[in-house]
Amino acid sequence: MTEFRMPSLGADMDAGTLIEWTVAPGAHVKRGDIVAVVETQKGAIEIEVFEAGVFERPLVEIGTKVPVGLPIAVIAPAGEAAATPSAPVVASPVEVAAAAAVATTPSAVTETVFVPELAEEPPPAPPAAPVAAAVMSAPPAISTPMEGRPRVTPAARRLAETAGVDLVGLVGTGPVGEIVVADVEARIAAKPAAKPAPVPTPPPAPAAGRGIDPAAMRAAIAAAMARSKREIPHYYLTDTVDLTRAEGFVGERNAGREPADRLLLGTLFVKAVARAVKKYPEFNGHLVDGVFAASKAVHVGVAVNIRGTGLVAPAIHDTEHLGLDELMAAMRDLVVRVRAGRFRSSELADPTITVSSLGERGAEALWGVIYPPQVAIVGFGTPMVRPWAVDGMVGPRKTVVVTLAGDHRVSDGHRGALFLHTIVTLLQEPEAL
Amino acid sequence: MSANDPRAVLVEELGRIAPDVDVATIDESADLREEFDIDSMDFLNLVTALAKRFAIPIPEADYPRLGSFAKAVAYLGEKAASG
Repeated sequence: MTEFRMPSLGADMDAGTLIEWTVAPGAHVKRGDIVAVVETQKGAIEIEVFEAGVFERPLVEIGTKVPVGLPIAVIAPAGEAAATPSAPVVASPVEVAAAAAVATTPSAVTETVFVPELAEEPPPAPPAAPVAAAVMSAPPAISTPMEGRPRVTPAARRLAETAGVDLVGLVGTGPVGEIVVADVEARIAAKPAAKPAPVPTPPPAPAAGRGIDPAAMRAAIAAAMARSKREIPHYYLTDTVDLTRAEGFVGERNAGREPADRLLLGTLFVKAVARAVKKYPEFNGHLVDGVFAASKAVHVGVAVNIRGTGLVAPAIHDTEHLGLDELMAAMRDLVVRVRAGRFRSSELADPTITVSSLGERGAEALWGVIYPPQVAIVGFGTPMVRPWAVDGMVGPRKTVVVTLAGDHRVSDGHRGALFLHTIVTLLQEPEAL
Repeated sequence: MSANDPRAVLVEELGRIAPDVDVATIDESADLREEFDIDSMDFLNLVTALAKRFAIPIPEADYPRLGSFAKAVAYLGEKAASG
């Protein structure tokens, strides 16, 4: 039997609040299956398992804020007979007390972490001191509200917090008995004179992305970027790409295609970076504790703007192996899910290099801030028609300014320039991408 | 108003992409992407949805005819009528 731990959620998040188990005890799971959903500053994240097995039982309750690296469930590896539900792991008195405190003070739940702060970059490996996380006394049934702690959707929880409504005793009417927004609204309506909402902070502005608090996301971005500027000695390079061929290629390819099958120029940018970085491995990987590990796989993080909220850059896995149509489909799918405020844990933890593109309406150039623990970010400005010299003649051409921000601890401007120029060159032969 | 009223459909589909923008407050003759703050992916999703709703091809060559809210309503009205 294996303890399944809260996976890394990216550099800027050290914990997530468990809001849903998506499998029931006894369910068979395979690598990549989603077993739980946690709420973070970047929205709801689906937690995937890394190996096949049988989901035996959860170790933490819904509503618990769990630091990265702590066990959240027991999963028996495939082949190993699922043990009969055993007695819960005995937690130390201190932890039991802490857990009890968590269980009896609902208002404190979302802010209560039951172990001391972890290091900024907790490894996915177990923390040195085993911390028992057996918060529950029995495996909960997936479809029934847990004793003492009703299942609550994130939106309903937020509404309740904002309105100062107590959830205790509220009966949920959601599909599996969870408390939904309508239930909270009903209670608010029933108790117009309920205690005034404690409003230490202004109520969050309604976010376009469901379940994302713009202020929290801004704080997460600020933390990651401040760390980047503090720790990473950035250097910057710039080049310009003549887009005549790339645009022509995309236009020809899209002619006669249904809108659903069309490519965007940005797909070519991402693919060119993925191809180029294979030749320059010092820009593709993670630097952790002063040691850079180049990644064999290329998982390009694609920066996605969430309306009125912020920016995230989840990974497109194995970008260099995807054809342009597959890559386009993957990017479309990612954008839809990110804007809906729901993506997967591996997408946040895995990017090995980031591409940020301003698109059609923006500024001339984008100088990126490296997203730790990555060591490079490639920025594309807005394509514009500029005077351009070809064969001794100056004429108008559509061009785009491409930039590289690199980490001097790993690489320098000489290699950076070669890497950047490779991107420029690849975009001159779009049909070969 | 029919189920395929161009204006109503356009408002509905833009509402999916840019729920924070109130159509009543926009300049209908100004740049559609500016008014609704939509990027190329949003725009492609809009075109995809509109092509499906009206069962019409919307080639890239016609994109300029969707350049503003007013132009788009006119374009969809024309295409839907002839289609």
